Amino acid sequence: MDIQLKRGLLDVCVLAAIKNEESYGYKMLKDMKPYLEMSESTLYTILKRLELSKLLTVRTAEHGGRLRKYYKITPAGLARIEDFKSEWREVMSIYRFVTKEDGACE
Amino acid sequence: MSKQEFLAQLKVKLSGLPKAEVEEHLAFYSEMIDDRMEEGQTEEDALSDIGSVDDIAKQIIADIPLLKIAKERMTPKRRLKVWEVVLLALGSPIWLSLGVAAIAVLLSLYIALCAVVVSVWAAFVSLVGCGVGGVIGGTVLAATGNAPAGGFLIGAGFVSAGLAVLLFFGCKSATKSIFWLTKKYVLSIKKCLIKKENTL
Repeated sequence: MDIQLKRGLLDVCVLAAIKNEESYGYKMLKDMKPYLEMSESTLYTILKRLELSKLLTVRTAEHGGRLRKYYKITPAGLARIEDFKSEWREVMSIYRFVTKEDGACE
Repeated sequence: MSKQEFLAQLKVKLSGLPKAEVEEHLAFYSEMIDDRMEEGQTEEDALSDIGSVDDIAKQIIADIPLLKIAKERMTPKRRLKVWEVVLLALGSPIWLSLGVAAIAVLLSLYIALCAVVVSVWAAFVSLVGCGVGGVIGGTVLAATGNAPAGGFLIGAGFVSAGLAVLLFFGCKSATKSIFWLTKKYVLSIKKCLIKKENTL
């Protein structure tokens, strides 16, 4: 797959994993697993990128005697997901046209 | 391997990176391992899930911009002593020029390779020009009465166009390989910088 396209998709995927409530690294990987396998190092890079572009915020909190980082989506992050949805409606309609059995001749 | 060993090994592999960044990576993996164990996995299973230290370190290094590593390498780990500063200053005509020469050689090699790709594209463009020009010129010649020369020119035009099509694929793969090479090149420079740090 085109690398730029894939990067954009993975970004949205991670945002979607914290769409409803803040979450932490391992839980995000688990939530995404049925749909997509992501390695820890990939997740790390994406989280950094999303934090830098202010699509999510990070806080560190204590959990069971150790520290854990929690990630929370920002309004800009939610807007990014909405953008993705409307873009992909267009892509899906193109996809339907491309894969239509009898092409354009109806 | 235990979690502590895993983190210690990762730390060694990343020692060429800025300290704060290394700590952040270690904290991230430590949390990942702890969360897996909290869910009931054994330490061993958690570690094998996460993957090998080598792969992780490789991926981390590939993701970090070259400039950041170079900058970290350039900043001394401790304050230099006076005599070291004096020596550095006195020796600068030598090490500075040698360093610049080394960088220049590496850079010029790379630029030469890029130039090859650019020239192949230039050849492609000129063939397209010959093709179009030949067909148009030939048609004009043929129309103004010189049919044999015109026909020849049109033929030559088609041959050029055909060659251009062939060359296009060559151009494409040449461009692709130069991108691939750039990636490899940058990665090997990064590795080189980090390896040096480890042996110090």
